[in-house]
Amino acid sequence: MVGAFSAISASPLLSPEGLIASIHVIGIILFIYVIVRRMQPLLHAQSDCRFDRPVERLKRVGKYWLGQWRHPRYRFAGLLHVLIFAGFLLLAARAFSLLIKTVAQEFEMPVLSGRSYDILTDYAATAVFACMIVAIVRRVVFKPARYQAPAEFGKWRSVDAVILLVAIAVLMLADSVVAATTLAKNDGSLQAVAMYSLPWLLRQLMQSNTAGGLANANFAGNVLHAVTFYFLLCYRPFGIQFHVETSLFTIYFSKLDRGTVKPVRWGVREENLDQVKTFGVKTFQDFTWKHMLDFYSCADCGRCAEQCPAHAAGRPLAPRSLTIKARDYAFRHYPVFGKFNNSHALVGTIYSEDEIWSCTTCGACEEECPLFVEYIDKIVDLRRGLIDDGKVPQSLQKPLKALESRGNLYGKLEKKRADWAKTGEFKEECPIRILNNGTRAETLYFVDSTISYDERMQAIGRASARILQASGEDFGILGAAEKDSGHEVRRFGEETLFIALRDHNTDAIHRSGVKRIITSDPHAFNALRHDYKDLPPVEHITEAVARAVSERRIHLRPLSDDTRVFAYHDPCYLGRHNQVYEDPRAVLDAIPGLKRVEMKHSKDRSFCCGGGGLMLFYEPKEERRIGVLRVRMAAEAGANAIVTACPFCLANLEDAIKTAGLKEKMTAIDFAELVDQQLVPKIPRKDSEMQYETASVGD
Amino acid sequence: MEILVCVRRVPDTSENEIELEGTDIARDELVYSINEPDNYAVEEALQIRDRVGGTVTVVTVGGEDEEEVLRRELAMGANRAVLLSDECFTGSDGRGIATILKKFVEKEKFDLILTGVQAEDGAAQVGGMLAAMLDLPFASLVNSIEVNGRKLKVSREIEGGNKEVNEIELPCVLSIQTGINEPRYVGMRGIRQVASVPIATLGVSEVAANTDSVGSKAAKVVRIDYFVPVQGHGAEILRGSREENAEKVVELIAARGGLR
Amino acid sequence: MNRMFAYIVQRAGVVDDSAAELVQAARKIDASQEPTAVVTGSGPGLEMACESLRSSFVEVWKISNEALAYPNAELVRQALVRVLPPKCVVLISHDHFGIDLGPGLSIKLACPFVSDLVSIEQVRGDSLTLVRQQFGGQVSAHYECDLASGAVINVRPGAFRGEPNGGINGVIIGKSSEVGTLSAKRRYVETIVAETGDVDITKHAVLVSVGRGIQEKENISIAEELAEALGAAVSCSRPVVDAKWMAKSRQVGTSGKTVKPKVYLACGISGAFQHVAGLKGKPLIIAINKNAKAPIFQVADIGIVDDLLEFLPELTSKVREARGAVTK
Repeated sequence: MVGAFSAISASPLLSPEGLIASIHVIGIILFIYVIVRRMQPLLHAQSDCRFDRPVERLKRVGKYWLGQWRHPRYRFAGLLHVLIFAGFLLLAARAFSLLIKTVAQEFEMPVLSGRSYDILTDYAATAVFACMIVAIVRRVVFKPARYQAPAEFGKWRSVDAVILLVAIAVLMLADSVVAATTLAKNDGSLQAVAMYSLPWLLRQLMQSNTAGGLANANFAGNVLHAVTFYFLLCYRPFGIQFHVETSLFTIYFSKLDRGTVKPVRWGVREENLDQVKTFGVKTFQDFTWKHMLDFYSCADCGRCAEQCPAHAAGRPLAPRSLTIKARDYAFRHYPVFGKFNNSHALVGTIYSEDEIWSCTTCGACEEECPLFVEYIDKIVDLRRGLIDDGKVPQSLQKPLKALESRGNLYGKLEKKRADWAKTGEFKEECPIRILNNGTRAETLYFVDSTISYDERMQAIGRASARILQASGEDFGILGAAEKDSGHEVRRFGEETLFIALRDHNTDAIHRSGVKRIITSDPHAFNALRHDYKDLPPVEHITEAVARAVSERRIHLRPLSDDTRVFAYHDPCYLGRHNQVYEDPRAVLDAIPGLKRVEMKHSKDRSFCCGGGGLMLFYEPKEERRIGVLRVRMAAEAGANAIVTACPFCLANLEDAIKTAGLKEKMTAIDFAELVDQQLVPKIPRKDSEMQYETASVGD
Repeated sequence: MEILVCVRRVPDTSENEIELEGTDIARDELVYSINEPDNYAVEEALQIRDRVGGTVTVVTVGGEDEEEVLRRELAMGANRAVLLSDECFTGSDGRGIATILKKFVEKEKFDLILTGVQAEDGAAQVGGMLAAMLDLPFASLVNSIEVNGRKLKVSREIEGGNKEVNEIELPCVLSIQTGINEPRYVGMRGIRQVASVPIATLGVSEVAANTDSVGSKAAKVVRIDYFVPVQGHGAEILRGSREENAEKVVELIAARGGLR
Repeated sequence: MNRMFAYIVQRAGVVDDSAAELVQAARKIDASQEPTAVVTGSGPGLEMACESLRSSFVEVWKISNEALAYPNAELVRQALVRVLPPKCVVLISHDHFGIDLGPGLSIKLACPFVSDLVSIEQVRGDSLTLVRQQFGGQVSAHYECDLASGAVINVRPGAFRGEPNGGINGVIIGKSSEVGTLSAKRRYVETIVAETGDVDITKHAVLVSVGRGIQEKENISIAEELAEALGAAVSCSRPVVDAKWMAKSRQVGTSGKTVKPKVYLACGISGAFQHVAGLKGKPLIIAINKNAKAPIFQVADIGIVDDLLEFLPELTSKVREARGAVTK
């Protein structure tokens, strides 16, 4: 090998070994410098709690990083990426050994060397090269919609991606040239290459060359490989491919607990929050280091934006834009070459207030991202910052004030909170106990504000109560002692008000002495399960009913002559955030004669209805309504009835049916209402509650 | 600019109806907050201060209960809060309140005095009275303010959505209409952060008010009771089904010539 | 009872309806005397105004001064203070001018101020018992006021029914010389007229008016459909404008437009005084409101207690049917 090198006449100043060595040295120093500069802002960021549960984290790395588990959710692009990733891993060893071999020729990588490894890597290089061609063609010719960045970002983005793809293709080419021209160790013949692989192809093309020519090609290949390798290594941290380096870490450090919201400051106990000078994220340094890492890691693939309901509605929010804008800010204000200049307010410069308030916190983005980039915590933190500065849209100030003074969104009187349970016949057929000093029960039915006060949603409360009674539950409600669960209050950034509501409710629940909590409201469900501490176990009514059905504590009448075809809409906070998908479906399927279809976007890909709680009051700038998009999906799936298990979903969908002009063709009903209608009751009852019963469509 | 905003704590009646209890209103379930136009006035004062410099003082006449409203405005950004409180202030009518405020203003030096256009009693009087007592120019129903040195350009909300533009010299008194700006949000945290800011409390002697001119004895316009008038004849309520009602309405509109 | 006066605002010679209303109010306070009108201004406009007031007032005091060409409450107050006799009772209409003038005038005249008087309960000697409203009209209250040293009383527009031509042949008395020079630290600059936008609601014979009961901006389309079917325009009450769901030019009310349609559909409007005051003439008022106790049902001719989001589409289809029948 040395002989081959010395056969090349190099300039007196730079010998072949020297050239390669210089490339190594420069490359590595540059890379280290770039990485150090990139990591510097993270050192001054807010702390984050990501070093716990190492085993769980490693499992996650295994499944989602090594196993690329999320990628095939987009079939074609996913498989492409899996191939590239597998190829990269295989080739990584060869790349390293190649680099080291250029200065220490005798080096052999342990385990990952030898003939079979070489064959594997030959095919890997071929596969990756082919994938690059496909990827470039896909980007340049077919231009998939989700790669289109908004105009404000400029055209550079696509060019950047293509440059990187071309560079990788060149790397594979260089690698293959080297493989094609490497001499076998023992004799002067060429080392074997895998049949029909890229190295094999190149060898065919170079057949006519002399030994010297081949040696030159080998040297050139090595130089090209080294240069391209270091080019990529140092260029990646400037663009969307930084994820190659950071993905292992974003996935390892990713958020483990679904449905939770980060505390205002990690490491600061609630009692000490008054000493925190500002709440939330106002400048870039207010983000945690993990969030900054997220900004670096975004591959700008657009999967999150494509799933985002706010984005689909034409609101000024797209998750990936949130990340890319922050990343560009970081690149601009914490440059690798140049001075740091920071401390600018983010909202009002890179973000608009409307953008931040537009998020429904549905979690579709987080569910989709192959890199586990987080969004909800960032939005909540940005909202905390806006609240801290008093920058709240007027439409939200009214319900927030109502929550503060009356404990419910509507500003209605506390003493009327249990009125839903006191209507005429319902009171007689299903008397509900109010749990206070004397009265006790095993289970608490946590009603929350919407079911308590909204006239339409009160029917869900009554239906749920009848179901609980029929299934033999010993339950009661808190009545006027209950306040709003505060779920949206927290996610809209009003942490102080949330804490007040939470503490009030926790106290009331403890005093009631219940052993279990059931609720029909998935937002309350999520709050009680994840935002509250030290509570008895919490269940959603769908879970309770599923169990009651399987234990035969309740029986369901068949539907007959019903022209309804149901689509079950997974509420975000029941489905995606808490992964209750099967229980509601099991119950629906247990109703004989019920026809059900599955929408394209269902289960963990369910499409948000538009949001609940405070989101009902916010007036976003949008081109179409989220709920309307969703009911159209139901129609597309062949359904003429939507059943859901959340009062907000029901409100939004019923509203959307009217707005979309589908009043004759679609109805919406709540899970509890439907089950209640099909219950074989213990006590026969009058039918006056049937005002919300949807008769067969087309009657 | 030294700005004073006179505010008032009123029952919050936006969502729930006021109910009668005998000849008074039922007070048990009431929650109180700052009079909405006063809140707009404070926000306007803060915005002016942030533009041209100075301080914002909020003042109210009342008792301990009124402190919560003053604190909320401090949390919003006011520099100082003053409570004018004394037993002999109770029962003051609008003129009495204006007298008390006038005495306070005379002890200090304010360039601009703002009040909300009216409170829950709909009288819309204190601002105008205060101005006349102090011999300061006054403008009511103000929905925009532009500062030009010692003169303000203000526009008033008049009929038809039109605006009457006036130039008024400082010092002056303005009563502010809702909608002039978008008040910032004040949450529980903000209020906690100003929990220990002292609120100066001044009584009758500190403001040097004449006890004969304030309180219930001096009141010339006195409320006797609350009542709900017996509903008169009113509209003819249609009692048919929705369809029948709609048909009847169409008939009536056509009869009036509205369906050409 | 001391002498009663009514200050009447005139603009370009046009005198407000409230003039006749104030006459009625004065007579209710003291049936034994006729109030004197006081009007300020300058030039031919003032002459015109005085002429038209002669039919309602036995005496019209005319104050002509260049400074008073545009009604500026600060200057008007100065003039009135110089001209009015001590301890008189002055009635003013409680509109945006009355709010500007009344309180300060009562201080300068050293007499009590009664704001937004809705009705007169009784008068015993100099003691007046009257009714005002509080909490946006939700409750009424009785008040007592001693008129011995006079008073300034702002009267709610529309609270009293006046006859525009009272059949009186009054006399005009010039009072300009008693006024002297007027100066104030507030100067009128100009009036910015609101943009009419695409639709001028004052020109429509039928209005479909929406209030807070419409609940959401998107629901306004339901009203628009009905308006289209009727050949009408959509107007609204103040809360809808405050929420920025409709332009200000669509607002009916004291701070919005005054309309005189033939038919007025009040949908989800509570009926607060400030809104109803914008309705003049004698339209057929049809009110649709979920709340049977809404004040609008006191003012309306026909009432429907129903959810407007359900009722309006039904009405729209009936209108279309009827229209279809007509054009056949």
